[in-house]
Amino acid sequence: MLLDVRDLKVRFHTLRGIVRAVDGVSFSVNYGEVLGLVGETGSGKTVTGLTIMRLLDENAEIAGGEVIFEGKDLLKLPMSEILKIRGRDISMIFQEPKAALNPVIQVGDQVAEAFLAHESMSKEEARERVLDMFRKVGLPDPERIYRSYPHELSGGMAQRIVISMALALRPKLMIADEPTSALDVTIQAQIMNLFRELIREFNTSVIYITHDLALAAEISDRIAVMYAGRIVEVARTEELFENPLHPYTVGLLRSIPGSKSSGSRLFSMEGEIPSLLNPPPGCLFHPRCPKRMDICDKEVPNLLNVGNDHLVSCFLYGR
Amino acid sequence: MREVIDLFKINEYFRSEDFKFTMILIRRSPLTILGISITLLLIMIALLAPIIATEDPTKTDMSKRLLPPSMEHPFGTDQLGRDIFSRVIWGSRISLFIAVAVVAISLTIGTLIGLVSGYFGGKIDEILMRITDMFMAFPRLILALAVAAALGPGLFNTMMAIAFVDWVFYARLARAMALQIREETYIEAARAVGASDIRIIVGHVLPMAIPTLVVRATLDMGGTILTAAALGFLGLGVQPPTPEWGVMVSEGRRFITEQWWVSTFPGFAILLATMGFNLLGDGINDILNVRARR
Repeated sequence: MLLDVRDLKVRFHTLRGIVRAVDGVSFSVNYGEVLGLVGETGSGKTVTGLTIMRLLDENAEIAGGEVIFEGKDLLKLPMSEILKIRGRDISMIFQEPKAALNPVIQVGDQVAEAFLAHESMSKEEARERVLDMFRKVGLPDPERIYRSYPHELSGGMAQRIVISMALALRPKLMIADEPTSALDVTIQAQIMNLFRELIREFNTSVIYITHDLALAAEISDRIAVMYAGRIVEVARTEELFENPLHPYTVGLLRSIPGSKSSGSRLFSMEGEIPSLLNPPPGCLFHPRCPKRMDICDKEVPNLLNVGNDHLVSCFLYGR
Repeated sequence: MREVIDLFKINEYFRSEDFKFTMILIRRSPLTILGISITLLLIMIALLAPIIATEDPTKTDMSKRLLPPSMEHPFGTDQLGRDIFSRVIWGSRISLFIAVAVVAISLTIGTLIGLVSGYFGGKIDEILMRITDMFMAFPRLILALAVAAALGPGLFNTMMAIAFVDWVFYARLARAMALQIREETYIEAARAVGASDIRIIVGHVLPMAIPTLVVRATLDMGGTILTAAALGFLGLGVQPPTPEWGVMVSEGRRFITEQWWVSTFPGFAILLATMGFNLLGDGINDILNVRARR
């Protein structure tokens, strides 16, 4: 097992109170596996990613849990060790490719930074390695692109550059936070294909964070569904689509346009994600749940294995 | 680190649309052109001082005391019979040197402290900013006077005194920039590839902050010339017989009612130099603002 997140809890101290952004999240990623982390905005999926990278802001507090990466708890490592791991062993791709590039620095130099931060090599060598990466991610005329500034590039090209930066050192794990959400649909498909090719070639494990269950299904081996800072269901992709158990997952699947279970009119789930400042008692989904029972607002369901490596956190399937 | 001057890039820039747009903006603003012209003129005069000046600026001739402006002495002569025109010309070297050196020193120190303060925040920020507050509690000129008086007069000490009070403004500005820049996604992205804090400050925050800091520095040149002249005028700066404008104005005070030219011409020089740099700074500021709005 490459990464094992156990009972992770992250709180934000805000002026209005404590926000439990991540509240007891557990999941694991195997070598070479792509795990889809799916949830609505505010469900804590990005915070989970940032916690693994130890990139949280100062107002965030890691209130508990472990992030075991190759036997080491990343939450306990000193910052000097984390700096060595970032980029080399674990890397991250951000949602807005253009925002992830410094507007006043040539993009090639920015990618070269990944090499220069970890390996002692000359600027010339780093440059050669960057040009190699640019060819790998299918950028035309790498020499010219190297000297470009972010505003001269399209969103798709910028995302290719960001991907080349994240994969530059062949990390074991890559956290991709909505890498295609800011792109046109046609470009989205290209980037997804490129992504799939590269992670296979580099044998990189991926945590693919997205709000789009259909998109996650295209690339993920397994999918973990998050809701309001907790994981409600984890299963292999086919299993999840054929046999969704949690009422929230069922709702998500019905909301996908053109899916089997949707009627002529697009299904939309009632209500919205609860405030994490004053979360409801019991199961956080119960105010929106069509299968609500008496117990649901009293106790928190555990994440249970119901067989076939299918985990679900719902009282419908036992306690 | 990155090469500061890359001739290839400069060539490319001169041919780019960006450069053309800048030229259009400059052409539209007569005050900026005036500022550029005055500044360039000043630099030319300073460089060519030995050729332009008609006489040795420190050569005294008591037989030619306090002569009014004439063909031979365009700005007249002073109480020791020195040619004021030559002294004003040579004075440009002193003033420009002080301005550039002071701005360079305070820009470097202030930027360093400000970026560190803003980037790290927390306790470091608190300590550094309270120190800058202490400097800002005193009026600029008064503090410079006190420091100059403590260090003793002289060219080097004048520069130290002014830099000593000036860096805080760059520190404040650099801190504000760093506070804003550190929230950007590309800083997070740089962290995500394992870049250390120093790499990020030098490689990402500094390049973003430089344009704003340079505008501020250009605007400051005028003020620095003025402060240096004020210190010279009060006898705490550069000492006679060095042809420094402030000193010259001061020396002419005694004769201002009868021999007006002794103080007036160096005074005009101060006015012109200060105005030139201020107009240039304003112009650069406007151009950058328009570009930001584009």
